[in-house]
Amino acid sequence: MSRIDVRKTYKLFIGGAFPRSESGYSYQVHDTKGAFVANAALASRKDARDAVVAARKAFGGWSGKTAYNRAQILYRIAELMEDRRPQLVQALRQSEGLTAARAERALDDAIDRLVWYAGWADKLTQVIGNANPVAGPYFNLSTPEPTGVVAVLAPQESSLLGLVSAIAPVIVTGNTVVVISSFERPLPAVTFAEILATSDVPGGVVNILTGSAATIAPWLASHMDVNAIDLVGIAGDTELATSLEVAAADNLKRVRRAPAAEPDWSADPGLDAMTAFVETKTVWHPMGV
Amino acid sequence: MTFDYAPALESRSIVDIKASYGLFVDGEFVDGSGTSFKTINPATEEVLAEVAEATEADVDAAVRAARRAHTRVWSRMPGKERAKYLYRIARIIQERSRELAVLETIDNGKPIKESRDVDIPVVAAHFFYYAGWADKLEYALPGNGHSGTRSLGVAAQVIPWNFPLLMLAWKIAPALACGNTVVLKPAETTPLTALLFAEICQQADLPPGVVNIVTGAGATGQALVGHPDVDKVAFTGSTEVGKAIARAVAGTDKRVTLELGGKAANIVFDDAPLDQAVEGIVDGIFFNQGHVCCAGSRLLVQESIADELLTKLKRRMSTLRVGDPLDKNTDVGAINSAEQLARIRELSDIGEAEGAGRWSPECELPTTGFWFPPTLFTGVTQAHRIARDEVFGPVLSVLTFRTPSEAIEKANNTPYGLSAGVWTDKGSRILHMAGALRAGVVWANTFNKFDPTSPFGGFKESGYGREGGRHGLEAYLKGGE
Repeated sequence: MSRIDVRKTYKLFIGGAFPRSESGYSYQVHDTKGAFVANAALASRKDARDAVVAARKAFGGWSGKTAYNRAQILYRIAELMEDRRPQLVQALRQSEGLTAARAERALDDAIDRLVWYAGWADKLTQVIGNANPVAGPYFNLSTPEPTGVVAVLAPQESSLLGLVSAIAPVIVTGNTVVVISSFERPLPAVTFAEILATSDVPGGVVNILTGSAATIAPWLASHMDVNAIDLVGIAGDTELATSLEVAAADNLKRVRRAPAAEPDWSADPGLDAMTAFVETKTVWHPMGV
Repeated sequence: MTFDYAPALESRSIVDIKASYGLFVDGEFVDGSGTSFKTINPATEEVLAEVAEATEADVDAAVRAARRAHTRVWSRMPGKERAKYLYRIARIIQERSRELAVLETIDNGKPIKESRDVDIPVVAAHFFYYAGWADKLEYALPGNGHSGTRSLGVAAQVIPWNFPLLMLAWKIAPALACGNTVVLKPAETTPLTALLFAEICQQADLPPGVVNIVTGAGATGQALVGHPDVDKVAFTGSTEVGKAIARAVAGTDKRVTLELGGKAANIVFDDAPLDQAVEGIVDGIFFNQGHVCCAGSRLLVQESIADELLTKLKRRMSTLRVGDPLDKNTDVGAINSAEQLARIRELSDIGEAEGAGRWSPECELPTTGFWFPPTLFTGVTQAHRIARDEVFGPVLSVLTFRTPSEAIEKANNTPYGLSAGVWTDKGSRILHMAGALRAGVVWANTFNKFDPTSPFGGFKESGYGREGGRHGLEAYLKGGE
């Protein structure tokens, strides 16, 4: 008799822990050919609110770390992804239906993207900050600071490269995130969460909910303790995007609008995904003897 | 024995206010099709002029003029040529600065010493600064290079009444430098310097349609912001209207910057140079009658020096001269409108009703016009409305703290995040506080300083986007955030 394998339970990732949805609901996840793979937790409004609390709690510590330290922590995620290549390739083949070669390439890109963003931690301030030559005897310096708690609707199609490309630019500057994964392709996000849990990323910095953006995102968009929202995960859904933008206006969240179609994640991302979620702070001080 | 000040009135003969004003569209003054309204001198309630109200159709004509000018002229003009127009405008503003200052003071109520020494010089400086960017845009946004030099198109700009011409400059100078054309709506109570600016555009031979000025109230602003052919909305004003604009542009491609309200903490530590701090507190809340979004309206003073500081502050407030804005000795001018005066009175009455201690120096207020004495409230808690709501008037709430972390906690305990002040002699504490305060501008051992090179704008519900400096270009360029 052959051995009975031990199947994995895919759970949410909130505050560094892996709870099931408080709602008790889960949903079936299939591969691209329609075969059942696993049940994923179906995150609820309450889970989203718990995730915001965890993200807010983690914000002070994470934004207070040195940029050098954040860079190393992001780089460490890349190291751990490299370490788990077979598992991630398998997850990509399953969720995106990629050939082995393409899955390898998507993983390469995802790891390289993390390394790229990790390096920005202690450089963005130098590139977008400014010493301002004011017309008076004042020291005047502008520097970017993290916006706060950012909700990210992760891309629906690119379940790992897209996910990493949406999360890394937000956290590298010191923000904390609540992510809603791809609905149909949530499992790479859970595996990514398991990597984060064994990395040096403090609990609460990244919180990952599996489930439906259409259901959960309105609660995040209107949440008064969320400072910004990235709508990339609902690309093309103008009706939902508009309603989320309207809800986001309640506390003037910074909104990264939904594109018409999911971006090509292999392209050079530029600075936009980072600069969308930083605030420029300008400090004045008199000069004199 | 006391010496009284002799009046030192600035002559208003330098300004020539017309009986009525039209809209400025496509380089010409045209009639508006709405119901014209009166703008008054808030210090005397004298009617200054009739001003046209732009209807939806008028706004549409202005947007079409701006679109034509953008497509045919302005976006195609080499940056170095656009620059020269902006330099011209800066020079004319300098040449006509006395006239602009007097007109601003008459229409707004602010003291002439402020319009003369702050508003108008900074307006000219703003045009001068952004003029120089027009042919250097490829260096402005990191990573964008030459592809980052493209303008957005037509900018719809709506500005408030507290710094009428200065807010116009903050909006128009960067927009034009980047190759956009604009339709700007000044506030209904302070349209006159914007209309004089239209004349300056004519004097500078600025191509028709590059700058259009439409006057009116909220409905005109809504028509402008909601116009389907504007590419960019820039608004300075209340958080409430800012949220309405954010909702109105949802689902569109319009780019938006919002510069909204504030409830800034001005934090004084026990080692601060107290006399300087007192000057900074007074500047922070009584400058421009407190009609300042970044006003230091919450004084957080360390408990051990609270009594001493308050004594000094009250003594200093007693020397503030409230009265005729055209008098060069005046420190605090008129409240801009009856409506704003009513709001200041209401919130102050609520402050008293909620148990805070109200104090104003003895001062004789003129019998006509809109006036409110410099006022402070002691015994204020964080729950009091006067500690939470933006009063937008000369009203200071005084709270105390014991430790730096308590000061940070209280300072950040607001939905706003526009500005903050810190007073201490300890350098490391300044930098610690500056880092911890969730505000877009932190003034340390100074307050209410502005400069064209220095980005200004808020965190949280104080809005998004920056005006001023290199950062101010992002709002008007493709590829900008």
